[in-house]
Amino acid sequence: MELQQIIAMTKRLCEAPGTSGREDGAAAVAEELLAPLGTVTRNPLGSVLCCVNEGEPGAPHLMLEAHLDQIGMVVTRLEKGGFLRVANVGGLDCRLLPASPVTVHGQGGRYPGVIASTPPHLCDGKEKPLKIEDILVDTGLSQEEAEAAFAPGDPVTLDGGFTMMANNMMLSPCQDDRVGCVAVIAAAGMIQEAKPRCRVTVCLSAQEETSGFGAGTAAFSLAPDMAILVDVSFGDGFGVKDHECGKMNGGTEIDLAPAVSRRMFDRLRKIAKEKEIPWQTHIMGGRTGTDTDIVASSGRGVRCGLLSIPLRSMHTAVETVCARDVLSTARLMAEFAKEVE
Amino acid sequence: MELLRQMKELTQLRGISGCEDQVREYLIQRIAGHCDSYEVDNMGNLIVHKKGKRAPEKKVLFSAHMDEVGFIITHITPEGMLHFETVGGVTPAVTAGRPVLVGEQAIPGVIGTRPVHLITEEERKEYAKIEDMRIDIGAKDKAEAEKLVSPGDQATFIGPWKELGENSILARAIDDRAGCALLLGMLQGELEYDCTFAFVVQEETGCAGSKAVAFSQRPDIAVTVESTTAGDLPTAPDGRQVCRVGAGPVISFMDKGTIYPWDLYQKAVKIAEDAGIPWQTKEGVFGGNDARSYVSSAGGAKVLAVSLPVRYLHSANTLVNKADIHHARQLLDLLAKELPRG
Repeated sequence: MELQQIIAMTKRLCEAPGTSGREDGAAAVAEELLAPLGTVTRNPLGSVLCCVNEGEPGAPHLMLEAHLDQIGMVVTRLEKGGFLRVANVGGLDCRLLPASPVTVHGQGGRYPGVIASTPPHLCDGKEKPLKIEDILVDTGLSQEEAEAAFAPGDPVTLDGGFTMMANNMMLSPCQDDRVGCVAVIAAAGMIQEAKPRCRVTVCLSAQEETSGFGAGTAAFSLAPDMAILVDVSFGDGFGVKDHECGKMNGGTEIDLAPAVSRRMFDRLRKIAKEKEIPWQTHIMGGRTGTDTDIVASSGRGVRCGLLSIPLRSMHTAVETVCARDVLSTARLMAEFAKEVE
Repeated sequence: MELLRQMKELTQLRGISGCEDQVREYLIQRIAGHCDSYEVDNMGNLIVHKKGKRAPEKKVLFSAHMDEVGFIITHITPEGMLHFETVGGVTPAVTAGRPVLVGEQAIPGVIGTRPVHLITEEERKEYAKIEDMRIDIGAKDKAEAEKLVSPGDQATFIGPWKELGENSILARAIDDRAGCALLLGMLQGELEYDCTFAFVVQEETGCAGSKAVAFSQRPDIAVTVESTTAGDLPTAPDGRQVCRVGAGPVISFMDKGTIYPWDLYQKAVKIAEDAGIPWQTKEGVFGGNDARSYVSSAGGAKVLAVSLPVRYLHSANTLVNKADIHHARQLLDLLAKELPRG
């Protein structure tokens, strides 16, 4: 797997929309990417599942997981003049929303819009950030056009396109957690070539940003013995404290928290060292804030490992990820699968 | 439509105050064959003279500014992050979380943030300060960043031109590339009387360019063609909306820089009304523009401002109405016919 393939796959997945509960766009692209590797199905909540290696009878079952959904907004009401009122889907920093370009996904198609902002000419410098319920989306449509195009429930996504910066840094909204999906799909390709002993199933989960239910229900149905979950972590920079973050281009982050199996943690570190895969570590005392929290205790329980990809400016339209960290995450998962006894 | 096509091209050019070269070069190419003479003065203002069918009684000058608001890089940290200051009025609210392009090479960067997960309840209640923001270009350290950018480089907003619905356009730098496009359209057409057109520098940082033009050109009448703040949101009370998108070009009687001569204001209003062109005035004393230079420089001139009502001014994504653009052009053509007669 080349870095260029990682970048191309990230671009494709990031350009497809999929706010929590409305993952269809991203799910369709994920299905296309997984189709050569196995039969793709969706669970009742919309999580995308694909067994990529049958494995030997009686061998352990490994689930590779990342979440498919992205943060965003949902239309709650049509206002006078064609403006839209919205609610957040997942954690949004309302301070960053003014003047943000957005796309409203109406029944009949995609419509560009912008979050209303106050020009400096009308400001006195004492402005406070608006609450989400006071924020308006302007699609430039007249009231009549807007009534024909939109309805409450329509998803709204932050625009940003996909740009390469210096050092293989990828810039795009919703890299949380499409880069995790890319790492999982890339690992699945490597695993299929290697045909290891264990059974391997890919799970790209719905609804992580709001609940984790997509991963919890999928893990129950698949009942794997072990799982490696891939999410993003806070990348260094912009005042994030050293102990809170991973280093950009510092390798895959092997995490430990109460919900993470120490056996998995130790094994992942050992393999990373042996195979000379760049890695770093991050230790958490409580919840991980990822699907690990729900997957670990689903069904009869799942031994979980957690890998994170450092990401700067999380939950914004300018999320930044180093493609090399995605590749090292994929490689570590593939090497792990090859060595499952 | 040629006017919108050229406006689109102009909004995609990058040029903060003091870096107007791209815009000036574009305009010089486009006026070739359509003017009698042009000059670029010491400040970088582009001044164009075009003959009409007749000599005017009054020397009329139409003015628009080439610069846009944005940022300037001031320092590079050991970690390769860029400090910056604003050039022109840009609020923190529309700055944090935006992608930008830096320097001549248009290096992509982002004005990033600490993630929402890590900010405190107190922090959520205030916008971050510009001086605490940084631009990230992905460089691993200062040495790598210095290969790509330098202090003094401009950083500009990114905002593709998007047409929304029947009548709206969302784009960057409408202020004042729309004005430049309107003047360019006039220059490319026929004029009744000789007129002067000034494409000026450095409006956003204090109207410096137009001062030099006012001094060198000494017009009798100067018409500033601008963008002005439309606050017509359903959350704003009627009395606080200033002007409304789609209600026609804005003719101002007063702003923070200029008291417009009442007789010229009334004349412009009458010209619009007689021609059935929708117009509105600015319902509030806010902002200012190059009219302030023309009214106060040298011996003074009579001034008029014709502006497009624009929402979200001085952000990466400003919204303007096609009908307003069309009506502004109609009004400007009539002003070019009527004002030189004295």
